[in-house]
Amino acid sequence: MQLTKIIELINGTVMIDNGVEALDITSVCCADLLSNVLRYGKKGALLVTSLNQPQVIRSAEISDIPAVLLALGGVPEKDMIALAKEKNIVLITTLMPMYTTCGILYTAGLRSCVGE
Amino acid sequence: MMPRSRPLEGSFHLMGGDFTNAGSASSELKAILVNFGVAQNIVRRAAIAAFEAEMNVIIHAVAGTLHYLITTEVLTITVTDMGPGIEDVNLAMQKGYSTAPDWVREMGWGAGMGLPNISKHSDSLKLDTVVGEGTTLEILFHLKERNVDS
Repeated sequence: MQLTKIIELINGTVMIDNGVEALDITSVCCADLLSNVLRYGKKGALLVTSLNQPQVIRSAEISDIPAVLLALGGVPEKDMIALAKEKNIVLITTLMPMYTTCGILYTAGLRSCVGE
Repeated sequence: MMPRSRPLEGSFHLMGGDFTNAGSASSELKAILVNFGVAQNIVRRAAIAAFEAEMNVIIHAVAGTLHYLITTEVLTITVTDMGPGIEDVNLAMQKGYSTAPDWVREMGWGAGMGLPNISKHSDSLKLDTVVGEGTTLEILFHLKERNVDS
């Protein structure tokens, strides 16, 4: 699913646009444990989290995850924004809670990066 | 990209508690592996294992070193730290066991997944530890016949 479509569905705000228009998201990784991102994350996934610090971007970069979505109105730390810019990771925020965010994305057809 | 035939090695210095730069060594290593011509899936696995090992040093140790040696056949990542050592290695290898403090857990780490993740993503993991002195991880990846264009 096109990331632009996802942003529309969850009423997201793009904080860092690193070629958001061209991105196609293949699955969703919802996690607040970064080791879970590293263990289960898939290349091309969208990471939904409430963590707002730079290691989230590091985890995404290392796992080939091109976009991070901060749920529940999460405000990214300055270092997180700077690292997202540097590492070419799209950073989005939404006011919606993680549960609702994932529910909407699931209903729209996106599945978990952990095999179901 | 044609894989390189000459071995390549180098190392990164890691500072315990430096969460600002945590992960930068693994990030650089990932770029080095790509440039070397290592296959994409192995690059990803190696970067994940390196990142978990790097975070262990940042979280638990005073300082450490991440050394890499890449040949056409094998990638060896050796992470050595001046840290507290691991009292019970069997426990530490179990998912969910962690000695990380609460403030580290609040950052999303310390879930007791570090060593299990390194083990899962690597081809072999060797661990040497001395309580009160430090820990050395030797993480191995077989590259032969899996390099790009090979």
